Amino acid sequence: MAAESTVMARLTGPVSEAGRCLLFLLRMLSGIRPRAGQVLSVLQQTYLIGARSLVIIMICGFFVGMVLSLQAINALEQFGASDQVSLLVGKSLFRELGPVLTALLFAGRAGTSITAEIGLMKATNQLEAMELMAIDPVQRVALPRFLAGVISVPLLTAMFSALAILGSVVFAIGVMGLDAGIFWSKLQNGVYFQKDFVGGVWKSLVFGGIVSLVAVYFGYSAKPTGAGVGTATTNTVVLSSVLILVFDFIMTSFLF
Amino acid sequence: MNIGHASARSNGESIIRIRDLVFRRGRRTILDGINIDIHRGSIVAFMGPSGVGKTTILRLISGQLRPDSGTVEVNGHRVSAMSDRDLQRFRRNIGVLLQDGALFTDLTVFENIATPVREHTDLPEPLVRRLVMSKLAAVGLGGTEERMPHELSGGMARRVAFARAVVLDPDIMLYDEPMTGLDPIAVSTIRTLMRETNDTLGQTSIVVSHNVTQVRQFADYCYIIASARIAGEGPPETLAASSEPSVDQFMNGRVEGPIPFHYQPPGAPWGLLD
Amino acid sequence: MRANYKVELASGIFLLLGIAALVWLATRATDYGQDIGEDTYTISARFSNVGDLRDRAPVKIGGVTVGLVESISLDPVSFEAVVAMSVDSRFDEIPSDTGASVLTSGVLGDRYIGLEPGGAPDMLQDGDELFITQSALVLEQVIGKYLFNAGKSEEEK
Repeated sequence: MAAESTVMARLTGPVSEAGRCLLFLLRMLSGIRPRAGQVLSVLQQTYLIGARSLVIIMICGFFVGMVLSLQAINALEQFGASDQVSLLVGKSLFRELGPVLTALLFAGRAGTSITAEIGLMKATNQLEAMELMAIDPVQRVALPRFLAGVISVPLLTAMFSALAILGSVVFAIGVMGLDAGIFWSKLQNGVYFQKDFVGGVWKSLVFGGIVSLVAVYFGYSAKPTGAGVGTATTNTVVLSSVLILVFDFIMTSFLF
Repeated sequence: MNIGHASARSNGESIIRIRDLVFRRGRRTILDGINIDIHRGSIVAFMGPSGVGKTTILRLISGQLRPDSGTVEVNGHRVSAMSDRDLQRFRRNIGVLLQDGALFTDLTVFENIATPVREHTDLPEPLVRRLVMSKLAAVGLGGTEERMPHELSGGMARRVAFARAVVLDPDIMLYDEPMTGLDPIAVSTIRTLMRETNDTLGQTSIVVSHNVTQVRQFADYCYIIASARIAGEGPPETLAASSEPSVDQFMNGRVEGPIPFHYQPPGAPWGLLD
Repeated sequence: MRANYKVELASGIFLLLGIAALVWLATRATDYGQDIGEDTYTISARFSNVGDLRDRAPVKIGGVTVGLVESISLDPVSFEAVVAMSVDSRFDEIPSDTGASVLTSGVLGDRYIGLEPGGAPDMLQDGDELFITQSALVLEQVIGKYLFNAGKSEEEK
């Protein structure tokens, strides 16, 4: 009897947690209003969350572009097909690497900082103070950060991909001496706007939503202690990463 | 401070009335049949060992928690029966100073104090500014309005939190360990502010504290909570002289007494030789 | 809020940069403008062999993509492969006697359908079938034919 109940608890635990998370999302969304205060708050968070992730995203994007070109040329050379490199890089970037890598990097850099910030506010009673002033902390603290994340991730993905292509240009054309004209024409003709580019944008929107929701939820539900906040930030990265990859598969199978 | 002083200040009318309050968390009964009367104009202290439920009672009064049974009445209204909208209006009239101040770390001192004003009133910006600056001056911190909370010392931060709590001139004040962690000068400052504001604005204040020495200096009346019940109540001097074992143990800081030294896990008593 | 103006400016710049990157990628790194839209009409063609032609393979005229392969099915009576294609409605002036061939993109590339425009005065409509078709060249058959011919010429010597 005892063994049964722990198994049930193990199963129902995460399920009810997921349910709470969904309710949290609905509670946040119900507070969206085009008020100057809220817009300003979202803008401020966009800066703190998005703009401050920019540098790491751009650096990583550039190097991913370069290494991808390196690997691609290595492989394609054997078939005498080196000039297909831009096509390979472009397609894999738009469809997979851009959205997924950007989202993972975002989860690590911005997701953890969101969770830590909210968790700390909870541990120092700031959220409680807001409630007592009849301010809903979910809408004052969590919502702007959530929206900022959803806005930032697609933009960051675009910048990641742009810099990756730049990296590819530098490596393939600059270092390996491929013809620039062929590079761009293969890229422009082979990468499909509807399928590859738009599909990638959808992915980055979904990923942005996932990472932002997980980050604000775990911050809000963290245990109000130092250890609690630490656990919450770890959970944010772990769960975000897993969900990103799971949803990547789901979306890829019906987008492509 | 003695009974005479208290009743001279208050008109004897009890504006916070708690009857047969029971509150449980999981299997633990935190409060088991609590009865409290708080008279208008007085400063009442809730004392007791750590973790006994003093802060829980504050949360029950402010409506953050609902009791399992019993009633909490403020000015004749049942707090547990209030709708969200009523609670909002109710809280406009309560000032709360939480443990460690709980200032919003991402806002300036000015913005912190201005938050309740902007949230609950429609005052134009110049009036908001005037109100905030006057409260800031009243706690002796004029000129710090653009500082961030982390730039302030403990005592200053506590005073800003105090200013934020009283900015709308509430009738009722709830203080959760307001003097914990402060140096002696800051302690006196907060105590003075508490007393003066209470008397000037005709407030009723409830202070949660476990510092007996400090409580004796400002409280009109005390409730000692131990083992989920009221172990004793009365003006501080009366309690200090009490011969009731729990009260005596607490007021005089004794290790031996009814409040146990050994941790008792819920369920069977624990023994070293089990 | 502290440093209000600076923050607004910085986040505005971030947003602009992001949108600029999106636009640049969309226009310079994809086939934007040449892609197949929502508005299409369907035509079909029969082949004896389509090789490894797949769904969603491109349909091209003169190397420019004008449509996609919608479906490939087998006619159970004639055992021909029936290929249905959706063509972007922008290209509504394709002559009705146009020929369709299953071609290979480069040496190692994917199969696609290449259309050779004819000269007939009427244009293809939704549901029309192309009657001039050229099936896929399957490498093994070509090699086999070559070896067979080579063998024959040896014999004749």
